[in-house]
Amino acid sequence: MEIVVCVKQVPDTTEVKIDPVTNTLIRQGVPSIVNPFDKNAVEAAIQLKEKHGGKVTVISMGPPQAKDALKECLAMGADEALLVSDRAFGGADTLATSYTLAAAIRKIGKVDMIICGKQAIDGDTAQVGPEIAEHLDWAQVTCVFKIEVDGQKVRLEREHDEGYEVIETQMPVLLTVLKSINEPRYSTVKGTMKANRREIPVLTAGDMEVDPQHLGLKGSPTQVRRIFTPKQRVQGELIQADSSRAAASMLVQKLSEAKLV
Amino acid sequence: MAVKVNKEECIGCGACVSSCPFGALVMQEDKADITEACTACGACVEVCPVSAIAREAEEKTISIDKNEYKDVWVFIELAEGQIKNVAHELLGEGRKLADAMGQKLAGVLIGEGVEHLTKDVFASGADKVYMVEGSEFKYYTTDGFTTVFAELIKTYKPSVILMGATNDGRDLGPRVACRVGTGLTADCTNLGIDEQTGLVAWTRPAFGGNIMATILCPEHRPQMGTVRPKVFKRPEQDFSRTGEFVRVKSTVKDIRTRLVDIVRVCTTACNLEEAEIIVSGGRGMGKPENFALIEELAGVLGGAVGASRAAVDAGWKPHMHQVGQTGKTVGPKRMLPSLRQLTTVLLAMSWKYCRH
Repeated sequence: MEIVVCVKQVPDTTEVKIDPVTNTLIRQGVPSIVNPFDKNAVEAAIQLKEKHGGKVTVISMGPPQAKDALKECLAMGADEALLVSDRAFGGADTLATSYTLAAAIRKIGKVDMIICGKQAIDGDTAQVGPEIAEHLDWAQVTCVFKIEVDGQKVRLEREHDEGYEVIETQMPVLLTVLKSINEPRYSTVKGTMKANRREIPVLTAGDMEVDPQHLGLKGSPTQVRRIFTPKQRVQGELIQADSSRAAASMLVQKLSEAKLV
Repeated sequence: MAVKVNKEECIGCGACVSSCPFGALVMQEDKADITEACTACGACVEVCPVSAIAREAEEKTISIDKNEYKDVWVFIELAEGQIKNVAHELLGEGRKLADAMGQKLAGVLIGEGVEHLTKDVFASGADKVYMVEGSEFKYYTTDGFTTVFAELIKTYKPSVILMGATNDGRDLGPRVACRVGTGLTADCTNLGIDEQTGLVAWTRPAFGGNIMATILCPEHRPQMGTVRPKVFKRPEQDFSRTGEFVRVKSTVKDIRTRLVDIVRVCTTACNLEEAEIIVSGGRGMGKPENFALIEELAGVLGGAVGASRAAVDAGWKPHMHQVGQTGKTVGPKRMLPSLRQLTTVLLAMSWKYCRH
């Protein structure tokens, strides 16, 4: 099985804070990490490879420092890594990003399955996966938390609003996966050292069959008009007491006053 | 639009570097330099004390006749043969956009045996219904619904499309947008008309809800967005309303996925969107076992169990329970969050959508 996993290097949004004076994001000291959902995608791919054989290629579009994210995936057990990087890709929205990644995946050759994380934690759009599938004219299944492969047949469990769906399809297929699909493995010290020594090949715009009009800012239909910090709205009542027992009894009193208990 | 730094005017103060939400500005040889992480949002333009940064319009290479595109469409998402609440909410909001633009509001109804639902769509404010019926549409499939939707767009050319940011809406939206080659703004929490351009101004959270971004889609049509459930109020229905009914034939041939089974596991405890009372916990619960306390209290109060993104990301609760900007938008009469959650923007924002 030839599996491609798309990963993104993102700022750890749980570490992002707002400067209370200027009301802007404080990015200093915020670490860059592999998008958490993408780690689940890498883990899912490695597990499939371990069971059915084949190869896992991780691919990322981003600046040169995104190589660190790819190395982390190699250390987990991915076989190959590919960075798609060019100034011409800068400012890409989801349509231009998916166009570029689809072109890069075509360049890889025969691929049976593409796995993406459900969404990236910085943009939260959940669009790049389905749009890659559309550019390649592949079937897609999103929000997957269980994958079973039997020959060319793929059986999936997909989260739904009130439960889940069981879906069958054939390869090639693109999947986006949830956190609950697995627990990403830690890389070994040996694996990390080996990955750090690897050269990561870079694909630029000139290496792919692409229309420059569809790349980067130029190929992006959406434009950011304005960025602002949401107003902090703290409503409600904070129940504080010296002991948790006292706080609990205050809560019970409030609840009974509200005729809830 | 691209942001450029005039190196001769730049005094190297670094104000722009700290203002950039995307970390796209760096100092090089005491001058600001813009890297490819730039999204041309313009945050730096405003903070530069010497006006050395400007947003330049790029030459327009893709030109479509935007005047050909008219009307606001809403995807009428169904669940078990009934119209989902979010579709009614979007008809209510779509009505306002259509009125502001002086255009019509249409519902797009795709399903099996759904003709009787058209009056429900008109009652929530639509002037028009496009309906595609067939046994292949009994359940949502990516291939089936994308093909139909893209064909409708090519034939009838809407200006704006709204879809619910549900699991299916987030599966269909990007696929359709990509097929017709337009932009899609995900998970909007506010819609309006941009005064300067008359375009739809789509506002959405980013960076885990730490910032909000307003997005435009200037040169491509239709302008598309997904909107979270419960962001807008469900409109009062008026069943005396009628409208134009357009039946369209299905052109779907190949559906590559097959739905084998639907398993419902949702109980009252995870029906957050409809809940009147929610008891919610976050990372402050310490460990997943402690959620038993939350569940017990919710059980006593007859409420639903909510969880913060941190708790869900840690795998303590399934995503079905997540509340806030990146989870479900909830509208309970009372919400009992644990302390740590209350201090976050996430929950502060979700409070906004509480009715009381």
